[in-house]
Order: sequence, then structure tokens, then C-alpha cells
Amino acid sequence: MTKPWSQSKFIVPSDITPEDKFLSRRALLGGGLGMAAAFAFERRGFGQDANAALVVTRNAQYSVAEAPNSFKDISTYNNYYEFGTGKSDPSENAQQFRTRPWSVTIDGECDVKGTFSLEDILKPHALEERVYRMRCVEAWSMIVPWVGFPLADLLKRFKPTSNAKFVEFKTLLDPKQMPGERGSVLDWPYTEGLRMDEAMNPLTLMTVGLYGKVLPNQNGAPFRLIVPWKYGFKGIKAINHIRFVASQPVTTWARSAPSEYGFYANVNPAVDHPRWSQASERHIGASLFDQRRPTLPFNGYGKEVAGLYTGMNLKTYF
Amino acid sequence: MTAKIRSLLKAAVFVACLGPAIYLLVGAFGLWSVSLGADPVHTMLHTCGNWALKFLLITLCMTPLRDLTHTTIWLRFRRMFGLFAFFYAMLHLAVYIIFDQSGHLETVWQDIIKRPYITIGMLALLLLVPLAVTSTAAMQRRLRHRWILLHRLIYLIAVLGVWHYWWGVKKDIFEPLLFACALAVLLGYRLYKRLRSSGKVRESTDPIRA
Repeated sequence: MTKPWSQSKFIVPSDITPEDKFLSRRALLGGGLGMAAAFAFERRGFGQDANAALVVTRNAQYSVAEAPNSFKDISTYNNYYEFGTGKSDPSENAQQFRTRPWSVTIDGECDVKGTFSLEDILKPHALEERVYRMRCVEAWSMIVPWVGFPLADLLKRFKPTSNAKFVEFKTLLDPKQMPGERGSVLDWPYTEGLRMDEAMNPLTLMTVGLYGKVLPNQNGAPFRLIVPWKYGFKGIKAINHIRFVASQPVTTWARSAPSEYGFYANVNPAVDHPRWSQASERHIGASLFDQRRPTLPFNGYGKEVAGLYTGMNLKTYF
Repeated sequence: MTAKIRSLLKAAVFVACLGPAIYLLVGAFGLWSVSLGADPVHTMLHTCGNWALKFLLITLCMTPLRDLTHTTIWLRFRRMFGLFAFFYAMLHLAVYIIFDQSGHLETVWQDIIKRPYITIGMLALLLLVPLAVTSTAAMQRRLRHRWILLHRLIYLIAVLGVWHYWWGVKKDIFEPLLFACALAVLLGYRLYKRLRSSGKVRESTDPIRA
């Protein structure tokens, strides 16, 4: 069903499925569901397989002007060690991954806690499309049209207390479904975290879609984090646990190699990885002879986020 | 084996050794729907480096194979495999400079002096050059026993090459570990032979026996 999207021209979600087909498909699905609430929910396209179209409005304020990478590049070039360490392993090994039913546990320093179905988690949120830069710690980059909603809107619903200084996220631990979790290349489950003000920044996106459609499994379905001013590994995938905590969480890559990967992991051309330079990056999909381009501080989002780190030595807190 | 069959066999092995380079060339132009994936530069870089190491190890297999099979046919391929190791190592370097670094020589130089895994890799490449230059039969005759000494550099080069790979990967050391194990076996075999023959008269200077 996937079409090879042209790289030079951006395609808005409404171009992907003609409206008549879109409506009839929705009606068919809706007819099979008894509950009105479920119907309303389904109408926006959640609860479906990857590639189902979502109802989305583009957030122009938070979208870059550059042309996004092709759907094929974004969905076949992934770092997702739960499905293998090779870039094409996730697209090959994640196809049978079950993303429904899916539940998310929210607990820690907050007034509202519990385990919620993904449907309940997503229901109140309108979806936006944001075309973000993506900079991997391995010094390559892409442009990706994500679909999601601000993490801040989600977190506020659970009424974090004044003790909540950080948010910790965990990926599903299910070695039966995730072959990488049977090995010990990293400590499972994958754990990430943000300082509260980072989590509440409007750029921080809870992501459920890509190119106007339900997120492919290999990109972190059903529910992942995108923090565009940080290296890609902060964007934890297949989240099933969110916890408000008082002290800084120990994150997976920082635990694995503390001298190479920090908690903050802000994109910073002035702080090299011990084994390679972060001053520049290779842009996936660019001409073979012209892929190298300079890396921008905070991945180009300095105007929005540099203020979060005033007075901090970013060489120490890398 | 007649000379004719031998040269046919050599030609066939030669073409087979070119396989990875042909695959990359075809994939880079997207011919016959061969694709190098979303990151063709990484595919080229990795494939060339990987085959350079494989050919180094294959070269180091020839002497043990002669010993095990009691036939010297293996040694007739040793130079070819060694030169293919050199060929893929040079392609690896060319892809790194031209595509990975987009030809920015200052950043290449910064990489070489600042990043130990690149320093090691570059050293291995440089050490391969004299071996390739002196690989002809005429040079072999001219240098006599010094040729054997010089070509023992391949042991050091193989260690540096595997080390370079090991330090370059982010986390998944499985493949570098395989290379390291294979190299340990090949070097261990030579150490074992040396220890066993110690006390005996030093072996002849016939390069075939090196």
C-alpha cells in the first residue's frame, strides 16, 4: 500500500487517500463498532493498522520549510534495537508487532495515576502534523513529517505534583515480540527521561503518526516521543510507562556508555562524541556528493529551547 | 592440475573477488533495481571496509590451508587475495573522503589526528601500501629474505584493521568480535607452529614457506 513519495514535493495528508475512499473506509469500520465513543475515536483513524490515514492539521509554526525525506527512507532506516541493531532490521522484524490492545501506566509524583488504554490516553487530543528535523547521534539527519500532540497537554491531565522534577518513559518489555530484548546489547526495557520543563516545552511531541498515517511499527508505534532539539535516541518508542519522578532518571544509553551519551543529549556541534565529530552531519537522501552539512546548535531549535539551559555548562551536561 | 585449468581457476576467483565492488557500482546507479538502502554512503563504506578485512583474513588462511591439505595450490592465490584486501581498503578510504566527508580534506585530517579509531585505520592503510608495491615476483626476488620480514606486517595490519572496526561501532560488537576471533585463531596457529618448531633449525628463506 505504500507509495514511493516524491522527495522534492511535500504531500499533505489529504492527498494520500482520496476523500470518497477515505469516508467509505471510515464508514465500513465505524459500522462494525457498536459504541458511539469508539466510532468518534475511529473516525480520526486511531486504532488501525499502520498506513491508515489520520485526520491531521499541519502546524506551520513548528514545521521546517525543507522537503521531508521519503516515506521509504524514514520507514526503512531505523535505530530500534528492540528489533535488531541493523538499520533495516526494524522494518523487517517489527511487522508482526501487536500495537493493540495497548495500555499505558502513569504513576509517580502525580495526583491521577493508573493504567489506561491507549484509546483513553489519546482521545482528548487533536492531532497536528509537524515537519521536524531529526538528528541522530551517529551524525546523520533526516526531515520527518510526524503526527502527534504536545506532550505537555498529556502530562497536565495527570496533575503532576510539585515533587515531579523529571518524567521517565519506558518501552514495552516483551522479549517474545521484540527479539532484540532477548539479547543484552542494552539494558531492557529502554528507558528515557526529560526534565519537567523540557517535557512541557511545546516542541516536545507525543507521536502517533508519520506522513499523515498511523505510525509504522518500525518507527515506534503505537506511541513514541519526539524531542527535535535532542539526539534521536531520546525519542523513546512503543512507550507503555510514564512516571513522574523527583530525581534524574538513569537513561539507557547513558547507563550503557556514560562517557559517550549524556542525559540531556542536546544536539550540539561544539561537543563531539568521544569517537566522532558532531560538528557536521550527513543528510540522508541528499546527493551522494553533497551529503555533509553543518550541524546547528539545538538542531536549529535554539530560539525555542536555548532558554531552558541558561547558565548550564553544556560541555559538562552533554 | 594443468597450467590451463589453473589460469582459468584464477580468472574465475578474480571475477568473484570483484563481486562486492560490482554490486556497489550497480547499486549506486540503481541498475536492475539493486538498491544500497536509505544510506548508500554507509553501505558503501561498510561493505568496502568489511571486504578489506575479509580479504586480509582469507590471505592469512592460505598458509594454514597448505599445511592442512598438504598441497601448495593455495599459495598461488595468496597474492591475489592480499591485493584485493588492498583494493577494498583503498575503496573504503575513497568512499570515506569523497562521499562521507564530501571531500573536505581539513575535516578528514582532523578526524585522523583526533579520533583514535580513524588513526588506527589510516595506519593500517598506510602499512598496506609497501606490501602492495612489493607484491610482484620481481620485487620478491630482489628483496629476498627482507621481503618475508616486510610482509610479516600483514599480521600487524590485520590487528589494526579489526581494532579499527571494533572501536568504530556504536554498541553492537558482534561482527567485530567474529573478525577478532577468526584473527586470533589464524595468529594463534602461527604462534603454535613457531613454538613447536623452536629449537629446530630456522626454516628456509623460501618465501613460499613464510
